[in-house]
Amino acid sequence: MISALSMIAGISTAAPLPVAAINWHSVFFLLFAAIACGFAVAVVAAENVVRMAFYLVLSLGATAGLFFLAGAEFVGAMQLMIYVGGTLVLLVFGVMLTAQAPLVAIKGSGRDRVLAGFVGVALLAVLLQSAFSVKPWRAAAAGMVAEPAATPIGMSLVGVRVDDPAGGAPATNKRPGYMLPFEIVSIHLLVVLVGAAYLARAKRRKTPRAIEVAASVEPPASVAEHASIGRERQRSGSVLAGGRS
Amino acid sequence: MNSVVASAVPLFGLFTEPVSVAHYLVVGAILFVSGVACMALKRNALGVLMGIELVLNGANVNFVAFASPYLQGEGSRSLGLDGQVFALFVILLAAAEAAVALAITLNFYNNHATVDVDRADDLKG
Repeated sequence: MISALSMIAGISTAAPLPVAAINWHSVFFLLFAAIACGFAVAVVAAENVVRMAFYLVLSLGATAGLFFLAGAEFVGAMQLMIYVGGTLVLLVFGVMLTAQAPLVAIKGSGRDRVLAGFVGVALLAVLLQSAFSVKPWRAAAAGMVAEPAATPIGMSLVGVRVDDPAGGAPATNKRPGYMLPFEIVSIHLLVVLVGAAYLARAKRRKTPRAIEVAASVEPPASVAEHASIGRERQRSGSVLAGGRS
Repeated sequence: MNSVVASAVPLFGLFTEPVSVAHYLVVGAILFVSGVACMALKRNALGVLMGIELVLNGANVNFVAFASPYLQGEGSRSLGLDGQVFALFVILLAAAEAAVALAITLNFYNNHATVDVDRADDLKG
């Protein structure tokens, strides 16, 4: 207890720091967990949407570090490549395409803020209580066994299981892999990306650009006018047929 | 008093004790709650989208923690490969969801010149 307190207090206590007792795995876990949680809270607290995007990049990158520390190297690498490198770049492009001055920081009302804070704290209390209430989840690991390999997960995605079965069951080759979910997810991704490209493709503009309309003298009136123009275009079907000329 | 605190709050031994599943669950809970608050609070459609990403990421942390054999105590079993594969699928589906949501947001921006979700009331009766 005393030594733990002195370690928390750091150099200020006279007792020498028991460096040998420090579990470096835990130290790096705490580092990445602090970055992930801190910047997640910063995403909520930030008003500027560009800063929110940047904080989200840091939070998700630190989460990839947590995955590495949990022994899920392949998932961590995918998190970095797909999430941080792909999805968030997409999000940042969305921010850049819509970052007009009045839209960068849309403020919520104070009542919403209080309500969201109350709901968030209540939800967090419930989740933390359930996280600590199960005893096997609090049991510390016996020791690290360094066995980094992406082979089991890669083989399982093509339907062959080479990993050790959980719970000491006998290892057979009859265990199911993840071939079918893998195929479903890939087709899903393909369809979704084609649909997204169709939805977001550039349309022929007959009206003044939306940005210029928004930046004009009276935003509410001109925006409403532009919105009605958009509705007319939708009604006449020229939005859907606009790009096909 | 101090021993009561030390037994109730597992904070003092954080640097010396090995990491358990509960540590990861705490991180996942904080990410999840941040995401929910972000979805509830932000009026920018892209802010709501970032909240969704945070929620999915919190769920992913839990999947990976339950899948990891390193974090389990003696005798308890991990989820094995299932958790990691689920986490991969969640990442992929999050990418798909972000692409579609971004396309819808850009379409809405083209038509309405705003990304304020409170202004998206065209379907209101």
